[in-house]
Amino acid sequence: MIALIVRRAIQLVFLLLGISFLVFSSMFIAPGDPATMVGGPTATESDLVAIRDNLGLNDPFLVQYGRYLGNAVQGDFGYSYQSKQSVSEAIAVRFPNTLKLAIASMIVAIIIGIIAGLISALKHNSWLDVTSTTVALAGISIPNFWLGAILILVFSVNLQWLPVAGLSDPFYTWEGIKQLILPAITLGTGSAAMIARMTRSSILEVVKADYVRTARAKGVKEKNVIWIHTLKNAMIPVITVIGLNFGALLGGTIITEKVFAINGVGRLMIDAIAMRDFPMVQASVLLVATLFVVVNLIVDIVYTMIDPRINYS
Amino acid sequence: MTNAVLIDVQAPVRKKKEKVYITTIKRLLKNKLAVVGIIIILLQIGMAIFAPAIANYDPAKQSLVESELPMFSDGHWLGTDNYGRDVWSRIVHGARISLLVGFTAVSLGLIGGITLGLLGGYYKKLDGIIMRIVDLLFSFPGILLAMLIIAILGTSLVNVAIAISIWSIPSCARIVRGSVLSIKEKEYIMALKSLGASDLRIMLRHILPNAMAPIIVFATMRMGTAILSTASLSYLGLGAQPPTPEWGAMIAQGQDYMWTSPHLTIVPGIVIMLVVFAFNVVGDGLRDALDPNMDIQ
Repeated sequence: MIALIVRRAIQLVFLLLGISFLVFSSMFIAPGDPATMVGGPTATESDLVAIRDNLGLNDPFLVQYGRYLGNAVQGDFGYSYQSKQSVSEAIAVRFPNTLKLAIASMIVAIIIGIIAGLISALKHNSWLDVTSTTVALAGISIPNFWLGAILILVFSVNLQWLPVAGLSDPFYTWEGIKQLILPAITLGTGSAAMIARMTRSSILEVVKADYVRTARAKGVKEKNVIWIHTLKNAMIPVITVIGLNFGALLGGTIITEKVFAINGVGRLMIDAIAMRDFPMVQASVLLVATLFVVVNLIVDIVYTMIDPRINYS
Repeated sequence: MTNAVLIDVQAPVRKKKEKVYITTIKRLLKNKLAVVGIIIILLQIGMAIFAPAIANYDPAKQSLVESELPMFSDGHWLGTDNYGRDVWSRIVHGARISLLVGFTAVSLGLIGGITLGLLGGYYKKLDGIIMRIVDLLFSFPGILLAMLIIAILGTSLVNVAIAISIWSIPSCARIVRGSVLSIKEKEYIMALKSLGASDLRIMLRHILPNAMAPIIVFATMRMGTAILSTASLSYLGLGAQPPTPEWGAMIAQGQDYMWTSPHLTIVPGIVIMLVVFAFNVVGDGLRDALDPNMDIQ
């Protein structure tokens, strides 16, 4: 197990290097001169020369990449072209909101997904199964920005039960929880649908397994057949889907933050892309991608721990 | 001589393949949900082709005296938006955009993915490098890679199509590579190699046709994802720009008038959901229909 973790950690380092290289190269491929973006439209030619010297833009690509990487490891991602604010500070302020949203959505997705999948599989081919399967398919197909807008319309505008936007209160207060409900449902629906589909198909597959038939044949109570023999084994692929979906949720926060006007990394990224503010784009993409690969690594490790049959070597 | 032998080998394969297609279609049509999906997709294609004939108005034509008309108004059965533009006409023309962008993105993604998958699966030496590139592209969650590409290329629908296609490449490459790895060990491939068939011929005429089943399912499902992603990126302001009648952009514009004219948000959302749902159920149906282990009832 330790050997696996060490090997995967080394692979992760190379993957992160690859990601950082790709993200850093984006600024070079993109049209437009960074010095002009920093200096603004009023900058004179001598200003631009000074900015280029100051930012080290005249250095060879690899030197610039090395410097960027060295600074990034120390948490320094430079300064925004637009607001001139430190990129790390801008992200640090917004990141808790993004993380809060992603975790809350994951909780919603796991609860709804597993319960729906369980009911669907245990009542296989009943109206409950058909309804749950169809709703799950619809859940994957719903544009989450639209679902968010509809939820706002129903629960915030018409019923006035929940706030329209924002995520400013702490999550442990009642106001904070109320602010989280709609964004978490909006973002979690797609993942809930995927988890439900995976739970259903996984249980249906395990139910057919020889050891389940043997358990029934030797007279094990139906309750124990389901909870001990079936569910425990059926949850293995579900955990992978949950892990992979956490990464997808991190990406999905970008849209949900826009719908609910949440001050998170996603919204920061959209604004940065529109303004071509590359230091901000690079750092936020790097952050989300890094979290994504780290979560995937953790999922892989958890996967081998709960299922000793899996051997990555 | 070699060619003659190869042509003879092809003949029974083709005959059998036609049978496979018919069986697949028969199986697919037995799936009620997939039939609903096919009907929705055909309707969208019909709307896209005959958009100028179906739409009553120019989708960009503004009429401020008719702004924010509710649904079922005289001459505007889906109402009008804040600029007085006919919502039905914009939905119809939007079908064309979503289909075109989705199809372009998926086609480009398939070309890239199939090429990488074939090369990686067939040539062991290339496999390591190609799979590392694929892993790298996989390390960006969902829409993030598309956004990074748009950040580089700039905001437009063409760039959205390119971004979604690049995002599709790694998944497609992995699927194709998996199939190629198992097919290339089959005896008929060994036989072709010993007959002196070129690698290109083996890959394109013998491996690829046999790896088509998962690719078809992937492409169908991906159309749904591509349409949804196009709408999402346009909603964020990174895709279609006004006054293009794109469904996601229509929701973004409608959201500002949600209090007074909720239909501006609701209608395009339902249309996107139906279309994406259709591609998903047809993809699901195709997967079941192409599975030889399924019973034909």
